[in-house]
Amino acid sequence: MKENNIEELERQFQEKIDNDIKIEPRDWMPDAYRDTLIRQISQHAHSEIVGMLPEGNWITRAPNLRRKAVLLAKVQDEAGHGLYLYSAAETLGADREETIDDLHSGKAKYSSIFNYPTLSWADMGAIGWLVDGAAIMNQVPLCRCSYGPYARAMVRVCKEESFHQRQGFEIMSTLANGTPEQKAMAQDALNRFWWPALMMFGPNDAESKHTEQSMRWKIKRQTNDELRQQFVDITVPQAEMIGLTVPDADLKFNTETGHYESGEINWDEFWQVVKGNGPCNKDRVDARRKAKENGMWVREAAAAHAEKRANRSKEKRA
Amino acid sequence: MSNANWPLWEVFIRSKQGLSHKHVGSLRAADAQMAVENARDVYTRRSEGISIWVVQSNDVFASDPSEADSLYEPADSKVYRHPTFYDVPDGISHM
Repeated sequence: MKENNIEELERQFQEKIDNDIKIEPRDWMPDAYRDTLIRQISQHAHSEIVGMLPEGNWITRAPNLRRKAVLLAKVQDEAGHGLYLYSAAETLGADREETIDDLHSGKAKYSSIFNYPTLSWADMGAIGWLVDGAAIMNQVPLCRCSYGPYARAMVRVCKEESFHQRQGFEIMSTLANGTPEQKAMAQDALNRFWWPALMMFGPNDAESKHTEQSMRWKIKRQTNDELRQQFVDITVPQAEMIGLTVPDADLKFNTETGHYESGEINWDEFWQVVKGNGPCNKDRVDARRKAKENGMWVREAAAAHAEKRANRSKEKRA
Repeated sequence: MSNANWPLWEVFIRSKQGLSHKHVGSLRAADAQMAVENARDVYTRRSEGISIWVVQSNDVFASDPSEADSLYEPADSKVYRHPTFYDVPDGISHM
């Protein structure tokens, strides 16, 4: 009887999803749906937070005040995005503290792109243009995700994200139209970030173990390869427009399909970075751990202050 | 002691005078004052609001989604509560 009941609940659940009815926090949902979302949303949140580090690296060395103000605003946005996402994960019953501890212990993953170093100012351009560009491509379909709080968080994120890509492209195009040295800097940044940006979409569809179920649940609305193709089709002409060359010898436009065909991604590199062996994996997690430890006294002081204030207002009422 | 002790707050923003406060999300903060300040920083960075309410999430008592049928069905069956239920003869205006 009980099993029948679960089957019936699962049937009703899938029917809601098929009819594009959003799932809200207190609705019944299969455990696997909840677990998949907690994993995906918390990874997404970690990516926003860890993603502040490579850019934070250049805030004090921005070439002028305008660039500095813009970069600060962008990094602050990423912190906000992390918060929206942690909150969305909490609506599913995920414990915030545990979620963050999982990042610090290496149990939880985040986007592998942030394990690459930012070696020059041009990298701020490449990140905004390519990394935020790829993130937007991933996030826009998530605004239609079946889980209400995640979809709503994505709407906010996408609204804010649109300036991120533009500021990056502006940096790139300014450098590309500058002195030969500046143009070389821009090309070098593109050379280093192009392939990691393509890897952001994840493994090929045939290798992606979560895709099929996630598509059925409408947690994911387009496959990794579809999104990657869209990104290439949109980005290659942008690179050409500012006189930069995409570092892919096999890249060619297929006039029949109307799509670009790219070379093979180095999947060994991808898996190495995912498994923790990228250039900056250790630095990134160490920086997060240190931030938590160093901020501990502030959180303790705030809690003590709140308690004192609560007691005082209780005394006043008495 | 860690920030696990910080309660969760629901945030409501009035986007402009004349409109009601609308739920925008949640955050953790040690007390109400800090919750308002944090809400200002994360939810109104682009002039989204002119007034903020914060309510501890624990204090929100919500209806049970599994009771939705019995709670809301009675409203569905009373179509005569809507103006479209009534026939208004042609030629009658301002009604």
